[in-house]
Amino acid sequence: MRSNQVAIKNHREEIHLISRRCFVSFLITLILVALLIIRLIWLQCVHHEIFTTLSTKNWLDLVPVEPTRGLIYDRNGVLLAENIPVFSLDMIPDKVSNIRKTLHQIREIIPLTANDLGQFHRQLKQHRRFDEVTIKLRLSEEDVARFSENQYRFPGVQVKARLLRHYPFGKTFSHVLGYVGRININELRHIDPVNYSATTYIGKSGIEKTHELILHGQVGYEQAENDASGESIRVLNRIHPQPGKNLWLTLDSHLQTIADNAFAGFRGALVALDPRSGEILALVSEPGYDPDIFVTGISNTEYNALQHAPDRPLYNRAVRGSYPPGSIIKPFIALLGLDAEAATPDTTIMDPGWFQLEEGGHIFHDWRRLGHGLVNISRAIVVSCDIFFYQLAHHLGIERIDDILHEFGFGELTGVDITGESPGILASPAWKRHFKNQPWYEGDTIISGIGQGFMQFTPIQMAQGIGTIGARGKHFQPHLVLAEESEGSRIIHQPIDLPPVQLDHEEWWDTVIEAMHNVIQSREGTGYHFGRPKTYTVAAKTGTAQVHSIHHRDPTKDHEDQSILPEKLRDNSLFVGFAPVENPKIAIAVIVENDNAAASVIARKIMDAAMGVPEKI
Amino acid sequence: MNFVSVRQLLTKSERGSSVHRPWWHYLHIDMPLLTGLLLIAAVGLLILYSAGGQNMGIITRQCLHLGVALLVMFGFAQIPPSTYQRWAPLIFFLGITLLMLVLVAGHRGKGASRWLNLWIFRFQPSEIMKIAIPLFLAWYCHRIQLPLSGRHLFIAATLMLIPAVLTAKQPDLGTAILQLAAGGSVLLLAGMSWYLLSSLIIAGAAASPFIWHLLHDYQKKRILTFLNPERDPLGAGYHIIQSKIAIGSGGLFGKGWMHGTQSNLHFLPEHSTDFIFAVCGEEWGLVGNLIIITLYMMVVLRGLQITVSAQDTFSRLLAGSLTLTFFVSFFTNAGMVTGILPVVGLPLPLISYGGSSMVTLMAGFGILMSIRTHRKLLTT
Repeated sequence: MRSNQVAIKNHREEIHLISRRCFVSFLITLILVALLIIRLIWLQCVHHEIFTTLSTKNWLDLVPVEPTRGLIYDRNGVLLAENIPVFSLDMIPDKVSNIRKTLHQIREIIPLTANDLGQFHRQLKQHRRFDEVTIKLRLSEEDVARFSENQYRFPGVQVKARLLRHYPFGKTFSHVLGYVGRININELRHIDPVNYSATTYIGKSGIEKTHELILHGQVGYEQAENDASGESIRVLNRIHPQPGKNLWLTLDSHLQTIADNAFAGFRGALVALDPRSGEILALVSEPGYDPDIFVTGISNTEYNALQHAPDRPLYNRAVRGSYPPGSIIKPFIALLGLDAEAATPDTTIMDPGWFQLEEGGHIFHDWRRLGHGLVNISRAIVVSCDIFFYQLAHHLGIERIDDILHEFGFGELTGVDITGESPGILASPAWKRHFKNQPWYEGDTIISGIGQGFMQFTPIQMAQGIGTIGARGKHFQPHLVLAEESEGSRIIHQPIDLPPVQLDHEEWWDTVIEAMHNVIQSREGTGYHFGRPKTYTVAAKTGTAQVHSIHHRDPTKDHEDQSILPEKLRDNSLFVGFAPVENPKIAIAVIVENDNAAASVIARKIMDAAMGVPEKI
Repeated sequence: MNFVSVRQLLTKSERGSSVHRPWWHYLHIDMPLLTGLLLIAAVGLLILYSAGGQNMGIITRQCLHLGVALLVMFGFAQIPPSTYQRWAPLIFFLGITLLMLVLVAGHRGKGASRWLNLWIFRFQPSEIMKIAIPLFLAWYCHRIQLPLSGRHLFIAATLMLIPAVLTAKQPDLGTAILQLAAGGSVLLLAGMSWYLLSSLIIAGAAASPFIWHLLHDYQKKRILTFLNPERDPLGAGYHIIQSKIAIGSGGLFGKGWMHGTQSNLHFLPEHSTDFIFAVCGEEWGLVGNLIIITLYMMVVLRGLQITVSAQDTFSRLLAGSLTLTFFVSFFTNAGMVTGILPVVGLPLPLISYGGSSMVTLMAGFGILMSIRTHRKLLTT
């Protein structure tokens, strides 16, 4: 600041001042422009990649397209699982401002059940806000029409055509095929998030679950150009989804239906397979359930009711149910006895109706109070003599018994291609120590000889075991898939052969098979009730087993009169067999819970059907 | 470019121009300046065509704006600087009166009352003030001995703050900033002491918490968003994020004319007005941006040449202020779009779609041309 104010303006000085300041200002603008250019280089060169990615993300939207789920056929091409087109009402929560109000308004047009709403809210929690959530599946045509008229009132809600899984045979195949249901949180963690990005349904059990990867297919994409409001302007590129492969099962729907019908009113399981290949022809677990209700969405209450129903309809008894084998174990013990030279076909014992290990020791009874008299090994099988097998088991010892049973596949997973298989229990001293914390007594060995005690096998193991006898030691892994089919080409699943059961003397096969044939043919055979088919031959073994898990009785006691027991405590009846006797085509295992006679009757129906006997009207 | 050559560049025209006068001088047109402006406008139309969604209607209207603005420029160029000097105080006080009127009876547009409905056309008094303030301050400084003494500085600054505060109250922060830039640049050129300037900046920084309370909510939000755009990526931060994406994804050479996805698919908001610089960055890349910057700097350089060659203090201060204001409006916009300055609603001069700010701008250039072409040729 100047102290002496000048009266007359000093123009020269002002000119210099302004020029100087002008120059400084220009320098400042240059600095600022340099700053701007540095910033532009920063954005456009240094971080160009990041911003390109962000920009692409903005406008390019990859919309996943769900692949069509593969169909399931039986061995003859009968459709077992298909996809039917339905209309569903979907909401994109992100686009709806007030979900509660919107639902309320929709209810005025389309009836929504409490179940629909419950499902919707559950789905709502599991999905991202911009994913579609189904409000109602299977709209009627009227619903669709009514909603379309009112569409303008509901932005973010739309009618969508989709394919829904449908099982034409309903409960008949329920335990084999399983069902699909909406993907839940647990499954989300395990599936490939990319491949399932458009998928709503996933196999939950049975074939649908085991062969999920084959049936599902590969997700497709639509590359859509979007504007800022998220509207798709056009589809730029499309990668078609690869539909899931169709599965051809080994099952025969005719046989399966007959089996299912034969079980009417009974609980139990049936497995029929072809011993020449391990192909499962029928697999039934009764009671079944309607798989379609899982597809459309089952409410918690309904599910709990099914889950806790006393008959346990969701429980696949055929592969999961462990049953004491009872007398059907006897042919296996007999084979071992002959092969180990513990008995010859001529070895004969006197059956007084009881067996005692030592003087004053425990008395083991025969199922027939008075015994069977003189019994050789063949007759022991035909009349199912307990005493003979008590002695034989005692003679053989538990280790050799376990070995041969293990060779036949008992006590371990058969490897059948549906989920939830149980290995059963091949009781041994080690097993008993581990699980019961008790030593193994000789008595345990003895009752194992008649399939009582701790042994528990699954129906599929029994079918495989008996089939192995029929095929004289050859056996295959039981399986349900015959072929995969995609776009006309079929990949046949080759049977997987397992190491055969080998006997030192091949003729023992004939001895046991002949005895099993006589179970049916002989008047005193336990399978006499099966009847004697005219057109084919059958070898079989029946069994009666106490219901181990429910009622723990001393198996050595006299058999009581079953009819006075409450139903749930009655014995299970078993039937295993194969036909024809020479070179069998079918081997079956039937178990009927709490009924001591039905198994043979059911088995006969399946055998007849499999052997081409016309059904009686 | 070193200091010496810049200085030479600033004074070069002075030496050569006296001998021979080209024809356009008689029309009071400065050809280098006009060329620069027309180049910017032409490039601007090109960018706008793409940014506006290839809509010829927008281009036609923008051409109309340009035409009117050029006419206004031409008109203003005919008026000799002495006339401006004579009318300066009157225009200034009239402007303030109009600004007050706007606050009382303004026509509401976009949540802010900026417009005054005057007979057949609406206009913004705040726009007039962008010229009226430098006119008045130059007039004021012309009457006193420079450099500015503290007393005069205080008086000048106070008078300048009145319209700026009124404009900011409308609220139109962008225009208020430009008014302050216009006034401030006069004070800067008039020799306001650097010591005072730096203490003012420090004082301003210290006072910012108080100013914060005076700001409108949307203005606060803009500043918060500037500091951290990701704070609200779908709300206030959306503009700046999308703008950075547009520029960044442009890279060195851009995505090509009319191939900018950010603007054509409407991810970039206000892509034909305030954020048009980002469209340029997206479609033309760094190269395009550098061309635009060069064009603007050419105009600034020419403006400063005119300033230095002007013949009296009033003209010099006025010319310098108009030039620097032009730079500030360019830099503020570019800075906001690139995210180095907070978002204030300011158009990119001559390129953004819109008429009223362009008219004021060209009126300012008209005055510059008037200053250039009304020189007496006695001094050599």
